[in-house]
Parts: sequence; structure tokens; C-alpha cells
Amino acid sequence: MFRNVAELVELAQSRNVPISEIMIEQEMEVRGSTREQVVGQMERNLEVMEQAVERGITEDVRSHSGLTGGDAVLLQTYLKSGKSLSGETMLDAVSKAMATNEVNAAMGTICATPTAGSAGVVPGTLFAIREKVNPTREQMVNYLFTSGAFGFVVANNASISGAAGGCQAEVGSATGMAAAAIVELMGGTPEQSSHAFAIALKNMLGLVCDPVAGLVEVPCVKRNAMGASNALVAADMSLAGITSRIPCDEVIDAMYKIGQTMPSALRETAQGGLAATPTGRELEARIFGVSLDKK
Amino acid sequence: MKFRSVFDIIGPVMIGPSSSHTAGAARIGRVARHLFGREPQSITISLYGSFAKTYKGHGTDVALVGGVLDFDTFDERIVNALTLAKEKKIKVRFIEEDAVTDHPNTARVHLKDDKGELELVGISIGGGKMEVIELNGFALGLSGNSPAILVVHNDRFGAIAGVSNLLAKHEINIGHMNVSRKEKGKEALMTIEVDQNIPQVVLDEVESLPNILQVAKISE
Repeated sequence: MFRNVAELVELAQSRNVPISEIMIEQEMEVRGSTREQVVGQMERNLEVMEQAVERGITEDVRSHSGLTGGDAVLLQTYLKSGKSLSGETMLDAVSKAMATNEVNAAMGTICATPTAGSAGVVPGTLFAIREKVNPTREQMVNYLFTSGAFGFVVANNASISGAAGGCQAEVGSATGMAAAAIVELMGGTPEQSSHAFAIALKNMLGLVCDPVAGLVEVPCVKRNAMGASNALVAADMSLAGITSRIPCDEVIDAMYKIGQTMPSALRETAQGGLAATPTGRELEARIFGVSLDKK
Repeated sequence: MKFRSVFDIIGPVMIGPSSSHTAGAARIGRVARHLFGREPQSITISLYGSFAKTYKGHGTDVALVGGVLDFDTFDERIVNALTLAKEKKIKVRFIEEDAVTDHPNTARVHLKDDKGELELVGISIGGGKMEVIELNGFALGLSGNSPAILVVHNDRFGAIAGVSNLLAKHEINIGHMNVSRKEKGKEALMTIEVDQNIPQVVLDEVESLPNILQVAKISE
């Protein structure tokens, strides 16, 4: 069993197999399952992600609070105008990431990757890249295993919980996971995947979890948008040959320590950051009829 | 290592909006239900930390009650769990606690009916994963490294041997085991960590053994 990214990369390189393969084999061993069972379960997760994205970019999805919904569709429409500055794959990924989180906020069905609040980044990037490079279903499933392998290390060595480590632990982790998986899908090496993860997470360090009214909506949906774009940029940088000066495992450790020193008000308690802004408090009061602050 | 499976990371498939506050909460409720073994007449849930502050927005309340109604994380009935509980005439009460707990996402679930009651403390540790840290006043020293089962039993000779023999028959190896009781001859609890996932049929067999009151699996 790999305990950190260095071991994961070493395992994959010494056997000359992709990271996804290491993850599949470990899962078979841990659960005593066959390859068909493990891959089959991931295929079902992929289908759930696909349905959530599809729903989010075509339907008028609205959350109960009314705080979020409809932005993924707006971006798809804008994309079709051909005027976008940041490019098609980039904005498509952003739109599909938001689509997933808008469905999530509306209490729809999603697949947590690694959490529900950060569920947009991995599928958002995957389904945008699909339009560009037309991967096989197997490659798409492997994308999820590679994402999962990196998330597995973060979950065991740091945290993937916003309440424990802030948004850096959720959208930050998801962004790194997606960046690493993009690299593998685009033909990069396991080591390049680890650099992409490190570059992506470095840009997310210190990000606090400050949801308005405690809802997984504002700013969560748009943070997934930024996560998706960050993942694409980090993957491109790594594929271009750029490396992270700080090794991946040390970046994960830094994230963990930052999370530990983050005040509780900024860890999913709706007491600080954007949640505590005048508008944040006003929205909160409107949704619940009373401000959480005054309870 | 607390997380053992890739599906702890890419998963679960769930009803939104929060893996820790919705899916993890549903799982805490469901473990309580399985240990209780039947639908309760009343549910009292104390919420701590982030759970207490944000439970309404995250649907933590509907998820916990949905779990007690035996709904899985992806069961769309979770959304209407409070209404469903009301229709079933189950009393539901939430208490927002100020006390500081070790983990920010902590819930104390108390289930009750004419025949008995159960109290369980669960924490939601992220990504939909949860741990039970206390059951009926027994602190559980679970490492979280392995799948585990909880067996509530009468403190009588042979109860422990019965369970371990049965696991041996199914070639399931025990990695760690802890037995605790509050009073001699009363209710006791076995906490058993094993090396592989235990199929439901084996759990059913354990439950049918003499002196065994309740059985639940708490992780996979």
C-alpha cells in the first residue's frame, strides 16, 4: 500500500504502469474484489457524474435557498457566442464543474470527489477534455482512479474535510487530483502528475471554508469553477516540463499544517470570511429568518 | 490509515449538498438504526461544532433522520425524511449543543421505543466517511484502519467464543478485539476489527447466536 505520493510515483515508474493501474490493483487487494467489480463500481460513479453534468448544463437547476443555480447554463451560452477569452476547454470545464455543484446544492444526486462541496472539479475537467481529445470509456474511468490515488494520499496524510482543514482541503485537494489525472490522460508521466498536483495545490493553500449561511453554495460553486481552471493550468504547466520546487508530499503536509492553524471561524462554521460579510449575514437572515450570529 | 478505499475518495454517490454534513450524517443515522435493529418511536439528536452551526443549510437534520429511517446516502427519500418521520408518527428532536468536542462534526443520536433505547456518538470525518466513537456510554477505541463490527451482547460465558468461532468458520481473521461492559452480568459490547469486509449473511448469523442483542458493521 502506498503511503505518500513519492511511493505512488515510484511504484508506477518501477513497474512502468500508469498511476490508475496501481490504484486499481490496491483496491482489488484491500477489498478482496475482482478487477471487474472495482472497475464496474467506478464506471457507475462515472455515470452519476455524467448525469449530474448533463443536468446542470441543460436544465434550469435552482437550490432551495435560491442562492445558486443557472450559472453553468449561462456560461455554456456565452461559450457558443465564440467571444470567450480563456478558450473553449477552459470555460467548458468551468461550466461543467459549476453544473455539478449546482445540482449538488439543489440536493440532486452527485458523486463526491473527494467531497460533495468539491464534487465539480474532477468531472468538470474530465467532461471538458472529452470534447477535445475524445478518450475511451476506459481512459475516463482511469482518470477517476488516478484522481482517487492522489486524493487517497491527501485524505490519509492531511485532510479532505473543510471543517477540519478549510476549503484548501476540499477544492484544493480536488484541484490537485484533477490536475494529476489530466496529465495521465494526456500522456504525461507519473512524476509529471505529481508535479501537476503540487503546482495546483500550492495555488490553493490557505483557502478558507466560509460558506454563506452554512450552505454549500456561496462561494462553493464558484470555487469549483476556479478549481477546474486551476487544474487545467497546472496540468498544462507540468506537461510543458515545469516542475514544482517543493515536492508534492511536502505541499500536502504544508496544507495539513495550515489547516491545523486555521481558526474555527474559517472552517465550515459560517462564522467568518464571506459568511460574516454584511451581505452574507443578510442572505443568511433572509434564508433562515434569523441570523446564526444572533442565536 | 483512516481511508482505505478509492471509493472513499471517488464516492459516495449521494444526495447533496455536503459529503460530511449530509452523506456522513446519513451514515451515522443508519448505523444507529442498524444497531437499534428496528424503527424507533423517538429520535433525539444533539449536534456539536460545525454540525450545530450549519445543520439546517446542509440538510444534516434530514440526512440523520433519513439514516435512522434506513435510507442510504443516495436515497432520494432523504430530502423528505422529516416529513416521512412525521407520517410514521416518530418524534424527532434536535438539540444544538455549545460544548466543544474533539471533532467539529459530531452528533449524538438517541433512539427509543417501548422495548428499549440506544445512544450513539458519531463523527463525520470528511468525504462521507464517519466513525462511531461511543455506543451506549461505551467509548470505542476503533483505529479506523480496518472494517469493524460492533456486537452488543449479554455479559454471559460463551458469548464471545460464539462470535469468534463463527467468524473463524467463515475464515474471517480478527485483527483487533475489545470487550467492555458497564456492570457484571449486564449489557456488554464487543468491538471487532477484521481483515476483510464481512458479508451481510455472516452478520445475520452472528445476530442469531445466543446472548447476542444487536450487530452492526461500521465501516467497509
